[in-house]
Amino acid sequence: MNTIVCIKRVPDSATRVKIGPGGSELDPAGVKYVVNPYDEYALEEAIRRREAAGSGRVTAISVGTDAAAETLRQALAMGADDAVLLKSVGSTDGFVIAKALADEIASREYDLVLFGKQAIDDDNMQVPQMVAELLGLPCATVVVGLEIDGGRAVAKREVEGGHEVVEFSLPAVVSTQKGLNEPRYPNLKGIMAAKKKPLEEKDIALAASTLELISLEEPPPPAAGRIVGEGADAVPALISALREEAKVL
Amino acid sequence: MADVLAYAEIRDGQAGKAAREVVTAARTVSEELGGSVHVVAVGGVGTAGAGESLGAYGADRIMVAESEELGLYQPDVVTDVVARAAAGEYAAVLFPASAQGKDLGPRVAGRLGRGLATDVIAISTEGGAITVQRPMYAGKATATLRFTEGPAIMTVRANVFGATERPGAGAVESIEIGSAEVRARVTAFEAADRDQLDVSEATIIVSGGRGLQGADHWHLLEDLVAALGDQATLGASRAVVDAGWRPHAEQVGQTGKTVSPNLYFAVGISGAIQHLAGMQTAKVIVAINRDADAPIFGVADYGLVGDLFEILPRLTEEVRRVRQDG
Ligand SMILES: Cc1cc2nc3c(=O)[nH]c(=O)nc-3n(C[C@H](O)[C@H](O)[C@H](O)COP(=O)(O)OP(=O)(O)OC[C@H]3O[C@@H](n4cnc5c(N)ncnc54)[C@H](O)[C@@H]3O)c2cc1C
Ligand SMILES: Nc1ncnc2c1ncn2[C@@H]1O[C@H](COP(=O)(O)O)[C@@H](O)[C@H]1O
Repeated sequence: MNTIVCIKRVPDSATRVKIGPGGSELDPAGVKYVVNPYDEYALEEAIRRREAAGSGRVTAISVGTDAAAETLRQALAMGADDAVLLKSVGSTDGFVIAKALADEIASREYDLVLFGKQAIDDDNMQVPQMVAELLGLPCATVVVGLEIDGGRAVAKREVEGGHEVVEFSLPAVVSTQKGLNEPRYPNLKGIMAAKKKPLEEKDIALAASTLELISLEEPPPPAAGRIVGEGADAVPALISALREEAKVL
Repeated sequence: MADVLAYAEIRDGQAGKAAREVVTAARTVSEELGGSVHVVAVGGVGTAGAGESLGAYGADRIMVAESEELGLYQPDVVTDVVARAAAGEYAAVLFPASAQGKDLGPRVAGRLGRGLATDVIAISTEGGAITVQRPMYAGKATATLRFTEGPAIMTVRANVFGATERPGAGAVESIEIGSAEVRARVTAFEAADRDQLDVSEATIIVSGGRGLQGADHWHLLEDLVAALGDQATLGASRAVVDAGWRPHAEQVGQTGKTVSPNLYFAVGISGAIQHLAGMQTAKVIVAINRDADAPIFGVADYGLVGDLFEILPRLTEEVRRVRQDG
């Protein structure tokens, strides 16, 4: 079974967001970039299935700048077999990214295409579904359980108040959620091996977007709250603030 | 191109808060543009009746596709029906930013070959184009985006636009289900084995952190939730989910759920940036922590400094009393 895993390079979740001089991008100074955390579940799932089957390939694909090559190396160090960097400036319009990924994926042989459920920079939560639409594939999103038997799959997806059980045949698109597995850390052997694994770089042109990013702003600082008091004796003061001032009780 | 289409999520045969809010948001936009609100609802038997109730929230035309087979959300069928409905001339197509809306919206946008804005918190029609605001970087930044071509497809965040009654024409018509290929079939819904409101739906959340010191102290929070009524539910920090004290479904934050309730209690939670990412848009935040320097007090509207084991029982008692007195 061949699996394609789509990987995005994103700022670490602990990043303090500062907006750059252009007013529409993150100031990259001092930012640590990582494999999008949800994509690690996708990658782990693909690697485990290859290890269990003893055959098949795991290919990591990313749309991004030159710097995303480093992120793909991390994916190779975790255990992907090869990687493709679709070199472009990127876009906050998920549809544009989905098109670039779908074009590349369509030219390959695969059984499964895995994604994270969401990129933690743009928080779009849309690229996997769009890729599935563009390729005409079955799709299950926000998956926390996945069983594959031959060409049939059963996924559990997280929804409010429980799970939906989804059945489909391969090839298919699945987006992964925390809880699916515990991603491994790359070990030294993996990191050394990654240096010799194939990483292809292709220059691509992104399609025109219908959704333009105009500006990015730091949200206004929260209005300074106040300490109502100390200990249990301050509870009545809190209750009256919630009732009379905030009117939420 | 002044009409707006809203996707009404019908759950358990009801047009609930998610449906009413998305119709309210659509109404606001269509009024600015001088158009009307069309609603599309797809679901099991009873969907038409549920859809009809949206007339009271401003729906002028309510298109319904219902069948016994659609009692569970079938993404391929719903995508097909909604994409066909949306192919009309609409200025905007709105979905709720619920689990279903976030799955469906991008499929419809993908089918129509358009971009989609997720989790929108403000919509403007000034200057002819539709411009929206949405959080990025887990709420650490707000992006302003402009649709350069219609329709403006988006999912709208819960609890932001509210649900306001404003009568619309409310004409219900049935539309074709069609014969979409079912590529993936939803065969069951497995309810979590607790009958508690999901954090993403509750209007009041009582979240507990490591300060609770163990799963067996959770009755303190459960009592408070019970006192606050049936719109309240339990939430948790990642530390307590990782410790196995609480299920992941309750986790609030960057790797959990993003919530915007009217009232959020953070009890024994320090306020790490990844936790704040999930709850800082709550309307009113109350923090209870014995450390006066805990970062949670930086975002809290009201803080109580002290031992939660002393404060909680008293708080529960007082809440019970004021709610009884009305
Ligand atoms: C990639 C990544 C993603 C993450 N995602 C999330 C996420 O989604 N959600 C999330 O919550 N975290 C997330 N975290 C973890 C986050 O960084 C914190 O570790 C976590 O939120 C801490 O949980 P806590 O506040 O319960 O525990 P602590 O930080 O240990 O805080 C406990 C608090 O309880 C107080 N306390 C202790 N005893 C008492 C008492 N008797 N009375 C009153 N107060 C008391 C203490 O003063 C302290 O402030 C993530 C981290 C990473 C790296
Ligand atoms: N630039 C990109 N390159 C590769 N994969 C991506 C890219 N952007 C998004 N993805 C994939 O799509 C998932 C959802 O991203 P998003 O829709 O942007 O939240 C991510 O977890 C990745 O798996």
